[in-house]
Amino acid sequence: MNFEKVVFAFFIVFAATLNFGFFIGDIDRPEHHNIYELFAAIVVNMIATVLKFGDRTQIGAVHLSTSLVADIQLIIAAVAWTMAVHVTGTGLTPEAMSSIVSLSGGALLANIISVIMLIVETVMMRR
Amino acid sequence: MNSVFFVVLRRMRAPLILLIVFYAIAILGLTLIPGVNADGTRAAPMSFFHAFYFISYTATTIGFGEIPTAFSDAQRLWVTVCIYMTVIGWSYSILTLLALLQDKAFQHTLTASRFERRVRRIRTPFYLVCGCGETGSLVCRALDVLGYDFVILEKDPQRVEELDLEDFKTNDPALAADARVSANLLMAGLRHGQCRGVLALTNDEETNLAIAINARLLNPDIPVLARARSPTVSASMASFGTHHIINAYERFAEYLALAVSAPERYRLIEILTGLPGTELPAVHRPPHGRWLICGYGQFGQSVARYLTLPGMHLTVIDPSGIDPEELDTVRGNGTEIEVLHAAGIAGAQGIVAGTPDDISNLSIAMMAKKLNPDIYIVARQVQAASDLLFETFRADFSMVQTRVVAQECILRLTTPLLTRFLASLRDADEDWCRTLAGRLEDTCAGRVPDLWDVAITPAAAPAVMESLADGETVTIGTLLRDNADREVRLPAIVLMVERQGHAHLLPDDDFRLQAGDAILVGGRRDVRAICKLTLRNDNALHYLQTGEDKRRGWVAQRLFPRRDGQAPAG
Repeated sequence: MNFEKVVFAFFIVFAATLNFGFFIGDIDRPEHHNIYELFAAIVVNMIATVLKFGDRTQIGAVHLSTSLVADIQLIIAAVAWTMAVHVTGTGLTPEAMSSIVSLSGGALLANIISVIMLIVETVMMRR
Repeated sequence: MNSVFFVVLRRMRAPLILLIVFYAIAILGLTLIPGVNADGTRAAPMSFFHAFYFISYTATTIGFGEIPTAFSDAQRLWVTVCIYMTVIGWSYSILTLLALLQDKAFQHTLTASRFERRVRRIRTPFYLVCGCGETGSLVCRALDVLGYDFVILEKDPQRVEELDLEDFKTNDPALAADARVSANLLMAGLRHGQCRGVLALTNDEETNLAIAINARLLNPDIPVLARARSPTVSASMASFGTHHIINAYERFAEYLALAVSAPERYRLIEILTGLPGTELPAVHRPPHGRWLICGYGQFGQSVARYLTLPGMHLTVIDPSGIDPEELDTVRGNGTEIEVLHAAGIAGAQGIVAGTPDDISNLSIAMMAKKLNPDIYIVARQVQAASDLLFETFRADFSMVQTRVVAQECILRLTTPLLTRFLASLRDADEDWCRTLAGRLEDTCAGRVPDLWDVAITPAAAPAVMESLADGETVTIGTLLRDNADREVRLPAIVLMVERQGHAHLLPDDDFRLQAGDAILVGGRRDVRAICKLTLRNDNALHYLQTGEDKRRGWVAQRLFPRRDGQAPAG
């Protein structure tokens, strides 16, 4: 067992699960979406991205790019949240909330692709 | 570029993750710890936005103070922890980055990738020179003078740094790497579309062999020149189809023998094969008769083999007691008076100081001169560092290994026609050679002439091709006139015209050119550019053919038509 692989898989799956946890719930209701979960998703996603640095293989490159997509989506969601609460001062209206959650939904898709690639890689190794 | 980028990213993984984690902990703490209102009551904790803002300016030690409101003591306690934590994170990242920049392996990756990029961007024909010691730099200097580009692979990093100080016209890429490794050769452009040849010039024969094999297998189309010393390595190189194997000993011995048997022909070859632009060497006339050869190593053996000519009597002096069958042998170094006497120095016409050591060679030569002041001295110089000593001593004929190899390389690479010309000289008689040598010497005013090929093809000579297609005649005499003033003859000689595999030596001025001819010209360097203009420019060629100056463009001809009969004569 390779410890590095464990850490790698852990962060990829963890990023996807946290992202999913934030995403699930009614899309326009703030009480269904916890801000700490979004924060954790961003942090874990960023760590997963850094872990993928420096891999020159084709699959490593795709891993890195999906991860970057997820990062960007989540950070935009966080910025949208900040805009709603601090800048425009409208608060978490259903419109604002649904745009935040749908952004995180996009990130979730990228994270799912990452997880699928992880599984494919593993299966190919076993063959 | 790519590999450097990935190396940086890989090495920065740990510090970046640490930084992210520290930031996350710091921000999370700030969003949980309650603040305080101005009146001392408990306030809500900071929002994520404010926490991120605060940590961003605190961690980077910018420090705007407590924004948006004054902190509670609990917050201050946490911020103290955060400050130390994030500063450690940043310093760790920066130190890792700095260490990476100092790292030898990283720097090598950086220079290698820069080298690779520069080689990839070369758009002009170039030669790949492997090994840039004394011989290599001599070759590079000559290539530089002739206007060719080159890429250098040299094992010794210090030598590569010294190359930066060499005053080359072009800024040619050089890399400190082992040329035996295929990857390095490929990186240096072995398969590059513009690579015109590979020169294996390192001091190590095995390396040269490896380079030759690599080049033959990885890019069979380009010529390979390899330097060899021993017959076994030469044989393996030949079996691999190396195009030119340069054995300095053999080559020099051949020249020496030629200088003895056919001095005029040797003189002509010497003029033609010198490094272009350098001063012509002195005339060598080694005498027939009794010769002594000191040192019977590979060099001595080559010399003995070639000098075994009618009218020559050879005696070998060698410390190892080697005893070749057909030669007289005396055991000794050649520096001892008794040994030289025993070998018959008093009655000898010539001596070859051919040991592998410069100082011994000089002392042999000096001793011989003392015992027999009229003797003809051939001295072998191994290292270029001994230049000054050998120049001061002034042997009658010096064999400088690096020079012989360099000349041979330049000759093979730059003017393929010359090889053909030299081959046809084999049957030339001495008078003919003397006349031609004299003409070349006069033409170039005591310097080694530049030699170049001219191909009558649409790419190299469009104007001539067009003129021939129109049914006009272009002669050798036309090409050798100055296109600024057609009465002036250019200081150059057409040595040979090759037509359909047949060589016409020294064609006269009325010789008519045909499409597909290859012409070998020797002359002063500036002639080359003038000649090139004649070959390419319709107006220049027309002027030379007719004396009529058409030096005007299409627009000028349309706008200001000259009245007939007013065209000025040149």
